[in-house]
Amino acid sequence: MKTMSWLAAAVAALAAAPLPAQTIAIEGGRVHTMTGAPIEGGTVLIRNGTIVAVGRDVAVPAGAIRIDARGKQVTPGLFESSTRIGLSEVGAVEGTNDYTMREDDRITAAFNVADGLNPRSIVIPVTRVAGVTTAVAAPGGSFVKGQGVIIDLAGNDGPEMIVRSPVAMFASLGETAEQVGGGARAGATMRLRELLEDARAYARNRAAYERGETREYATSRLDLEALQPVLRGELPMVIEAHRASDIRGALRIANEYGLRMILEGGTEAWMVAGDLARARVPVLVKVLGNLPDNFERLGARYDNAALLQRAGVQVAITTGDTHNARNIKQEAGNAVAYGLPWDEALKAITLYPAQIWGVADRYGSLAPGKVANVVVWGGDPLELLTPVEAVFIRGTQIPMVSRETQLRDRYMRLDETRSYRN
Amino acid sequence: MKRALSALLLAATAACAQGRAAPASQPANQPSPAPRLPADPYPSTYRPFPSTPTLIRGGTVMTAAGEVIPNGQVLLVDGRIAAVGATVTAPANATVIDATGKWVTPGIIDTHSHLGVYASPGVEAHSDGNEATSPNTAEVWAEHSVWPHDPGFVRALEGGITTLQILPGSANLFGGRSVVLRNVPSRTAQGMKFPGARYGLKMACGENPKRVYGNRGGPATRMGNMAGFRAAWIRATEYRARWDRWEEGGRAAKDMPTRDLELETLAGVLRGDILVHNHCYRGDEMAQMIDLAREFGYRIRSFHHAVEAYKVRDLMARDSISGSLWADWWGFKMEALDGTNSNIALVHQAGARAIVHSDDAGGIQRLNQEAAKAVLAGRQAGIQISDNEALRWITANPAWALGLQDETGTLEAGKRADVVIWSHHPLSVYARADRVFIDGALLYDRNDPRRQPRADFEVGILPGEVR
Repeated sequence: MKTMSWLAAAVAALAAAPLPAQTIAIEGGRVHTMTGAPIEGGTVLIRNGTIVAVGRDVAVPAGAIRIDARGKQVTPGLFESSTRIGLSEVGAVEGTNDYTMREDDRITAAFNVADGLNPRSIVIPVTRVAGVTTAVAAPGGSFVKGQGVIIDLAGNDGPEMIVRSPVAMFASLGETAEQVGGGARAGATMRLRELLEDARAYARNRAAYERGETREYATSRLDLEALQPVLRGELPMVIEAHRASDIRGALRIANEYGLRMILEGGTEAWMVAGDLARARVPVLVKVLGNLPDNFERLGARYDNAALLQRAGVQVAITTGDTHNARNIKQEAGNAVAYGLPWDEALKAITLYPAQIWGVADRYGSLAPGKVANVVVWGGDPLELLTPVEAVFIRGTQIPMVSRETQLRDRYMRLDETRSYRN
Repeated sequence: MKRALSALLLAATAACAQGRAAPASQPANQPSPAPRLPADPYPSTYRPFPSTPTLIRGGTVMTAAGEVIPNGQVLLVDGRIAAVGATVTAPANATVIDATGKWVTPGIIDTHSHLGVYASPGVEAHSDGNEATSPNTAEVWAEHSVWPHDPGFVRALEGGITTLQILPGSANLFGGRSVVLRNVPSRTAQGMKFPGARYGLKMACGENPKRVYGNRGGPATRMGNMAGFRAAWIRATEYRARWDRWEEGGRAAKDMPTRDLELETLAGVLRGDILVHNHCYRGDEMAQMIDLAREFGYRIRSFHHAVEAYKVRDLMARDSISGSLWADWWGFKMEALDGTNSNIALVHQAGARAIVHSDDAGGIQRLNQEAAKAVLAGRQAGIQISDNEALRWITANPAWALGLQDETGTLEAGKRADVVIWSHHPLSVYARADRVFIDGALLYDRNDPRRQPRADFEVGILPGEVR
């Protein structure tokens, strides 16, 4: 037993050890830098996990690992803005779900998903071999849900994967939040205002609070503390809302309290695109929804992203999925089929999420100084028949292996004599 | 009581309709003629929409029967495909559609939909897909839940869907009868019913029945599921024999066995009239279901979802069982954990009929895209799949699973003129259905608002806004 754990620890330490200095040159591809026109026959040079040069005439140092990308396309790693990756292993197996404090019906603003991240999640390899390198792991819930983090889809423990924690406070309005409001929409907005008022009052009266000399607040001390950076406009608040009037309501609250709002879902956002553009509120859009799933999504349509973009709203495209977050490029491709310009669609799954989440200085584009999350595609990155040729996360090439490919290979032959599978 | 009454009413209606009503008075010494059972008590009232002879030319014609004809022609006459080829002879009055730069395929078919029984909006009042009151509800018929005004039908049409099977849900071991629909606007479910299509029986193994009934009298385990199946088939076997004896024994009215809706459906399966559609995720359970079918002498037409079909694809091929599968759904529950996106390609490679199904009001709108993802995964596993074969996953193979292989699913002379004209290659993410024909009638035209049906539910609900 002792030997076993020692061994396991040693293996883990080995895996976590910083990689030897590595220089990689991805050569000859069509390079979508996301900051300018694509570079034909360009080279992306990576050293020690960082992009050091991008261009047509990049000198490749001797000893560099050379990746032939001629005839291929090179993009930043795809960035999925709304998942539970690392927080949910098997949907219907409760013990594997850590994205929400479901037994706690209170406001959970202080809940940060980070400590529950599972770096060994089998969802991670499945997702990254499809070209998704970075994701927001967000809390679930129905009202003020807590704090999410950005992770790179590689690493041996949570802190190592985390790009930013917390990245935002997550909340919902509309039908999902009605329960908190006693069954009424306006009840939910009332509770949200109460919460923000109390957080403000708490900040003014911390000492009195500690002495037990304040009135009772709507939530716990930890929640009130967690809301301070939100009220200071430092931490964005993601508000999920779908009905046009609910979106306007969220915009009003954001304006009243000086919140940096990001709209999530926004099924009917196209109907209030002008308001969103004026308020400079970006929207996380799931493209593939065009049915009135409920009465707050009557205006669902496939060209939501295109209409928002045309109105000057910044859009990040998302699957809102965990096990199939890999389908983000299908979402983006469909946005193109329904009117979003192709380069905008690619930006909506690379550069724009990086900008929306405030990490564009390191993520979302191919330029010197950026984290080397890079994908080499066999053709149009948004096309369904295009294979992913190579994935680099923080400058390390990812093996194109997942539990999915391992099961596939295990069953390539079915002879009973081979059913002893090791 | 209610059951007996409706059976009586049905018998009377059918008898009148067929002019076989028994005379009021009978000679006492003569055996009374046997009352006729209604063979088709909720008959299809579907009639093809009006059409004119139509020649589609200039496009890449993918027949799904093996041919891909660049710059091909397809002629639709009187609701049927009259001719397909490089050039065909069209009547002078034919409407000519220029499909240059476009792709022409058969109408898309989904073997697994809950449109109409879990209609949008998905409010509680629309939850009509699972009669989760008993583990065996073989007596319910999905068509009695179908709401023809579900906006999902219209959206599916925009995705090229011309035929779809509506199944009851998977809460029960026996969920009830399915219904196969033409995807046309109608006031009634009867107006959508595919004429002559056979019924299906929805069965479900695994987690769902034991989860739903584990605390409600069972089954609570997989072995409990199997016992529930076997007990029902034993009763169905006896029921069938009882009716066979009556049929052979002169059909005396006084000896007529009591009708039982549940057992009528199961006996229909044993007689080979009703096709079995079996929701089942795990490979080992599918092997059990195959043995169950053998024990009672019926056939399984399709395993649905079958996330582990790749583990038993040889058994499926051996018994001619198709697989109605997703391209990449996995991980949402324990029995879906061993998913691989090569599932469809591996089933195809083994020689079983692979089908891309949706089980989803969104997915049904892009079965072509789902097929494309399965093609890529297959190619990455080293399995060669032609465009034609991939197209068959969403046309010819589902047609077979529904027993409609002679009616639809390929572009071949004589078949129903169910045709889609696509803006791009149908395996492209950018492909949209430009025009959709059902029985030769133009039901949808992306560029003509007059040919874009709207569901009742959508009318006036977004004032001043267009879709």
